[in-house]
Amino acid sequence: MTRAHISHPDLPPPLISVGVVGWLRRNLFSTPLNTLLTLGAFYVLYRLLPPMVNWALLDADWAGTGREACSGEGACWVFVRLRFIHFMVGFYPESELWRPVAAFGLAGFLLLYLLLNHLPYKGWVAGFTIFGFPFIAFFLFYGGLFGLPVVETHQWGGLMLTLILSTVGMLFALPLGTLLALGRRSSMSVARALSVVFIELWRGVPLITVLFMSSVLLPLFMPDGIRLDKLLRALIGISLFQSAYMAEVIRSGLQAVPKGQYEAADALGLSYWKAMLLIILPQALKTVIPGIVNTFIELFKDTTLVLIIGLFDLLATVQGSFTDSKWLGFTTEGYIFAGLIYWMFCFSMSRYSHHLEKKLHTGH
Amino acid sequence: MSKSEAIARWWNQGRNRALLFQVLLILGTVLFFFLIGANALGNLEQQGITSGFAFLSQKAGFGIIQTLVSYNESSTYARTFLVGLLNTILISVLGIICATVLGFLVGVARLSSNWLIAKLAAIYIEIFRNLPLLLQVFFWYFAVLRALPLPRNSLHIGNWFFLNIRGIYIPRPLPEQGFALLGMIFLMSIAGVCALKIYARKYQEKTGTELPILSASLAIFIIPSAITWFATGRPLYWELPSLQGLNFKGGMVVIPELAALLLALTVYTSSLIAEIVRSGILSVSHAQTEAARSLGLPQRKILRLVVIPQAMRVMIPQMTSQYLNLVKNSSLATAIGYPDLVSVFAGTSLNQTGQAIEIIAMTMAVYLTINLTISWLMNQYNARVLLQEQ
Repeated sequence: MTRAHISHPDLPPPLISVGVVGWLRRNLFSTPLNTLLTLGAFYVLYRLLPPMVNWALLDADWAGTGREACSGEGACWVFVRLRFIHFMVGFYPESELWRPVAAFGLAGFLLLYLLLNHLPYKGWVAGFTIFGFPFIAFFLFYGGLFGLPVVETHQWGGLMLTLILSTVGMLFALPLGTLLALGRRSSMSVARALSVVFIELWRGVPLITVLFMSSVLLPLFMPDGIRLDKLLRALIGISLFQSAYMAEVIRSGLQAVPKGQYEAADALGLSYWKAMLLIILPQALKTVIPGIVNTFIELFKDTTLVLIIGLFDLLATVQGSFTDSKWLGFTTEGYIFAGLIYWMFCFSMSRYSHHLEKKLHTGH
Repeated sequence: MSKSEAIARWWNQGRNRALLFQVLLILGTVLFFFLIGANALGNLEQQGITSGFAFLSQKAGFGIIQTLVSYNESSTYARTFLVGLLNTILISVLGIICATVLGFLVGVARLSSNWLIAKLAAIYIEIFRNLPLLLQVFFWYFAVLRALPLPRNSLHIGNWFFLNIRGIYIPRPLPEQGFALLGMIFLMSIAGVCALKIYARKYQEKTGTELPILSASLAIFIIPSAITWFATGRPLYWELPSLQGLNFKGGMVVIPELAALLLALTVYTSSLIAEIVRSGILSVSHAQTEAARSLGLPQRKILRLVVIPQAMRVMIPQMTSQYLNLVKNSSLATAIGYPDLVSVFAGTSLNQTGQAIEIIAMTMAVYLTINLTISWLMNQYNARVLLQEQ
């Protein structure tokens, strides 16, 4: 006698292990310790988040033209709104504002063109961005040509100055860092020793002392009668400091190029410089683009230190606005605003560097 | 062979070209330093400043808000240098300890199986590593610590800890008679624990049995010290801070400048260390954990003997550079007036004496020395944990 085998219909998984409940059990309450941690975290969030949202958004004052508008319990964003242009460009004359706007508009357009995929003539645009645009930007900022009135560098400030300091620092650090990296790996012992000393010296000291040095010592080292602009001195200090860091990033790229590539270049009978420029450096630089972006982020954050030698970058401008007797007591709003701007720049750059890392990861 | 041919032949040999280039490089460097040196001497003479280190024995004549060694306004610039140096070392050591502990916690939390904890750790990391450190220092100092109450309305825990706008007040330990004996007993128990460790390792190599080191060393640590503690009549007196008039007297005070700088350095560096810890732990292949589990090791031992040693290998070089950065970043003290080396020496002393070259050279030399020492120590440690390959 045989019993017919009757198969049951497939039962759905128990409710407790799928859907929202299942997710919660797996991710938040899997063990007693996890349950405790989750509850603790929820409690902290409950104590922190609602007051923060109330202060920053719900109870905040947005509209108005003066201090009177800020009587509420929350944040006073009127302060930031009225100071916005000042935070962006410092003491740049209002009648000439279109110049930095035009320069940054052009910079934004060029960057967008370079970052988007599948656009033609990228090489030419990149060349123009590196070799042509800085001059255009300088004449727009400084003036003096084509009847544009001169705006002295001590009037430059705010986010504009932050961006100038970091991009100029970067533009000089890239070639100088490449030279130093090549020097460090060179077979010539004098070149190697000098590069090593230069790199380790700059990397071993704080940027503040470098800035002190460029602001106090550089004028001493100059021959009589040559006066260096304060901004220029800071730029020299930042560029030298940054090139030491850049050199180490590029060195790691040079080390990553397989030895066969060096040998192949030799076998073709290329001279040292031709081999480097045409074969080794393109590969080395490509592998360290994420590293270069990361040092740029570090530099972008570090430019805040120029406030110590009396330059008014974004942070210094915000900091300076607290001393305005009409607007005492809005420190938190100012720092949050400045922090938000720095954060947006740094975060998007670090995301971009992650993206590059994935895109360039070819795997040997 | 004509002369020009001889030159061409000489030039075409790579070795000769390299030689020429290096000679030019040396000449260029020497010329560069000679020129700036001559300029500097001329300029200093014009300003009427004599070069040299004689200024170090002059009277400094300014006060410093926190000094670890005795210092007053009639002390010399050499003393100022020492005070600044010690303050820099203090903030660096405290910062390295706090940032490492917090960074490990956040890094491990980032890998937690608890979704909420992992996300919170990720948010913490992304916020704090993408903000300039100086902004964070200012935020803690001007926005948070300035919002604290006046001494009269201090936030407090019992009458031990007080927090107000003037700083953090904590009890100060005052050793009494018999404390030296306690210290000696304590040092002896440390020696005892070390001896036990060595003996236990030898014993395990010989017999394969593990001795219960943990409980034994705890006993060695606690029991003799505890007995001495009570036998000598508790020789440590805690002086409590107390409000007298407008301010607190007694106890120890952590000045707000130190607190703000320490908070900022700790939070900023810990967000970077957390990522290093995470990458270190993730770099240990999963197969290693599985192999250890199949050997029957308990979870605690898998972590201690298999995962952490291998993760360390990846982490140490990166940790070293974070420590070096922290030491260098402690110079941000000068922005809020914590009296570190840069603030009191490269700042106030430089302004008063005008000895720019000497003072900046000394300051840079100190940072170079500290950083070379740290990286030497960490490299020693690194060499110990490095993979021993055949």
